[in-house]
Amino acid sequence: MADQIDHLIEDAPILRLDAVHTDIRQYHILNGVDLVVPRGQVTMLLGRNGVGKTTTLRSIMGHWRIHRGSITFNGADISTQPTADIARAGIGYVPEDMGIFSDLTVEENMQLAAFSGPMSATRLGWIFATFPPLKTLWHTEAGHLSGGQKQMLSVARAMIEERELYIIDEPTKGLAPAIVATMVRALQDLKDQGASILMVEQNFAVAAALGDTAHVMVDGAVKWSGPMRALAEDLDLQRSLMGFSLQTAARDQSATKSS
Amino acid sequence: MTHAPEHNPQIQQMTLQQRLAPAWPGLLVPLLMCAGFALTLNPSSWLTLTLSGLAMGLMIFIMASGMTLVFGLMDVINFGHGAFVSLGAFVGVSVLFALGHLTAAPSVALNLLAVLMAICAGMAATALAGWAFERVIVKPVQGNHLNQILVTVGGLIVAEQLIIVLWGPEEIYFTRPEALKGSFIIGSIAVEKFRLVAVCIGIVVFAAMHFVLRRTKIGLIVRAGVQNGEMVEALGYRLRQVFVAVFVTGCALAGLGGVMWALYQEVITAHMGNQAMILIFIVVIIGGLGSIEGCFIGALLVGLLQNYVAFVEPKLALVSNIGLMVAILVWRPMGLIPVVKAK
Ligand SMILES: Nc1ncnc2c1ncn2[C@@H]1O[C@H](COP(=O)(O)OP(=O)(O)OP(=O)(O)O)[C@@H](O)[C@H]1O
Ligand SMILES: [Mg+2]
Repeated sequence: MADQIDHLIEDAPILRLDAVHTDIRQYHILNGVDLVVPRGQVTMLLGRNGVGKTTTLRSIMGHWRIHRGSITFNGADISTQPTADIARAGIGYVPEDMGIFSDLTVEENMQLAAFSGPMSATRLGWIFATFPPLKTLWHTEAGHLSGGQKQMLSVARAMIEERELYIIDEPTKGLAPAIVATMVRALQDLKDQGASILMVEQNFAVAAALGDTAHVMVDGAVKWSGPMRALAEDLDLQRSLMGFSLQTAARDQSATKSS
Repeated sequence: MTHAPEHNPQIQQMTLQQRLAPAWPGLLVPLLMCAGFALTLNPSSWLTLTLSGLAMGLMIFIMASGMTLVFGLMDVINFGHGAFVSLGAFVGVSVLFALGHLTAAPSVALNLLAVLMAICAGMAATALAGWAFERVIVKPVQGNHLNQILVTVGGLIVAEQLIIVLWGPEEIYFTRPEALKGSFIIGSIAVEKFRLVAVCIGIVVFAAMHFVLRRTKIGLIVRAGVQNGEMVEALGYRLRQVFVAVFVTGCALAGLGGVMWALYQEVITAHMGNQAMILIFIVVIIGGLGSIEGCFIGALLVGLLQNYVAFVEPKLALVSNIGLMVAILVWRPMGLIPVVKAK
């Protein structure tokens, strides 16, 4: 079978979802998500609000249990494994709500994230260079951080440990434009180090700048998959899948600015 | 490369009230001690009452700490926790009886050795029983509060009956070893020896717990897990194992509390765990479910208040704890030190 020999091929995808169905209580949220994350690339998961992007990521992490389909990471089915084992297999996760431990200091949050032992000085240096506020706030209780600072901490927590795949849910949510650029650089750095990334992003400009491949979800399933560039160039496609196009979004923005 | 701009907030002088706000719960204990002094107006009886209040409070803290952490970590309400108090007491006292030659010997060292062995036996038995209790009773009902309450209350009743089967239905009276009887006399003040020992053990347990929770990785995992267990797992930690470890430790501590309680009262009964459970529950609620510091403060308040009130108006002693709980919940509905949950 194709997925059995997949992992023997050098450029086999690092993660693939086949016909994944997830229920949350009595609601059928995902109905047959097919998704491939190629190794060493940035894969974007896009779609309107409420189509099931976060649910897809949570299903991969084992926070929701899928009831049909399969999730294959590095050739092994992880869909029935406990969350901790999925993380140990080599996946770093930044949840939509950031998952900050607010009673712990920034330092303690980072110590905990360094799963395999003491924090690596090199990686910590890189994180401080990328997000200087974290250095200043090192001994502050994380609950006192601003929303943007929490977002930095949440991404930094994933960065401190070297993982093969990073799953990131809306890393630029609530960030000032200047910091968005910083975040894009940080994720680009991660990719340059050889990691694969699967991320949800509402900021289409960011998605277009970072993404290699894109999957667009509609109503609990992936409706379109292809190169990010193809999606970025096709305004009609954007409009039909996501209800807006990059151009009209930009026009709306300049309109609100000038009025 | 674009950097996030460095932002150095100005630290402003805080008003006295702002600075006091987080310290309020901790200040309640010395405040209650002052109030106790105003009530008794007699330094030597005040000191006796305070010491006995602290001893009682610390024993309750030892018994309750496991229950609050277990709730915080896995949202498990274990009404069977009191069973471990009884079990610890019965095993400990049985060991003391068996070591009669040590407890009666006119040697402080031998007496303390017997007590130490009783404590170790009580803790080992409750740790083992706790491990089994978790597997058989708690694990199957994880995630359902109503089932948890029903099943763990059932577990408490079964444990009580088992104790009656093994040790008989009668109260068992005994006396403390020589070394722990009587008082030290300092000037005109009598300090009961066992209370002093209980206070010392309580402080050591609290300090050890504080150290583990603040300074070790397992402590970090526990504190983070109380707030957001899902995220702790997403970082790679198997929370279930940590939970079992905390559960077993909590049961062993309840056992330690049971041995100490038995030595304090010099009588044990099969339903002593049931009675302790009421105090434990009050303390856990007052402290803020899941908060170990809150549990500590709550336990001291309960112990002190009960002793002061019993001195002034014995009839009120029993209701004083309920009154305390109501007053604190009116002031802080989530308890003294509420635990910030992620969801
Ligand atoms: N805990 C839950 N209980 C019930 N329904 C839920 C729960 N979580 C999500 N849903 C529902 O599942 C659907 C998909 O939600 P999801 O969070 O995956 O969307 P999303 O694509 O991430 O949206 P957004 O862009 O707003 O973050 C929504 O209709 C939502 O109401
Ligand atoms: Mg989402």
